[in-house]
Amino acid sequence: MADRVTVLFFAALREQIGQESLSVTIPASGVTVAALRTQIEGANPTIAQALADQPKLRVAVNRTLSTFEQLVTPGDEVAFFPPMTGG
Amino acid sequence: MVVHVAVQAAPFDVGVEAERLSALSPLTGGVGLFVGQVRGGQGLRAMTLEHYPGMTEATLHALAQEAQARFDLTGCTVIHRVGRLEVGAGIVFVGAGAAHRGAALTATSFLIDRLKTGAPFWKREEYDDGRTIWVDARETDEEAARAWMNNPTA
Repeated sequence: MADRVTVLFFAALREQIGQESLSVTIPASGVTVAALRTQIEGANPTIAQALADQPKLRVAVNRTLSTFEQLVTPGDEVAFFPPMTGG
Repeated sequence: MVVHVAVQAAPFDVGVEAERLSALSPLTGGVGLFVGQVRGGQGLRAMTLEHYPGMTEATLHALAQEAQARFDLTGCTVIHRVGRLEVGAGIVFVGAGAAHRGAALTATSFLIDRLKTGAPFWKREEYDDGRTIWVDARETDEEAARAWMNNPTA
């Protein structure tokens, strides 16, 4: 069984990318959110463009708002999304 | 202190929710309420509210607990709708009960200000001419949320 994380996209990102989730293999020792972003951008130009179009991109790791320096390890859930607009 | 949080497609009943807050405790002296609804104009027909299931509920519960700690509430309620909502439809209900009006009203402001940019909801507008637009976060909303976070004793 490979070491995987689930990556989710919401709102304008999900719409532009055309999918709401993907499964990504990472080293067992983990990677930063920034490195994970670079990895999925390298594998998919549509995702790279969609993320680049979000100057205020937000990230949550395991459903908690996070930074791009946060370490992600196998089994984690990482969500990318635009600034939130509730209420 | 009783926290009630719901994320739902169904409408909420403002009267029922206000009554529930009023009846929570004999120590309640006032209840503050805020109701947000879909604002029309410029050809807007409806909004679709998307959210991040699981994170949304957890975030709203955390905000409600923070409100309780800061404002000594007897109870608070946050109900947020998701899905497609037409002009005039209720989007969000926030209510806070406290011994005195100051805490009730301030806690209500706190909850709606923090929720707008801190809970994972996104709005997509739908216009009469068929255009759809994802709503951008407003700088004034982000400033309002930051002000509460920068002043933990207010």
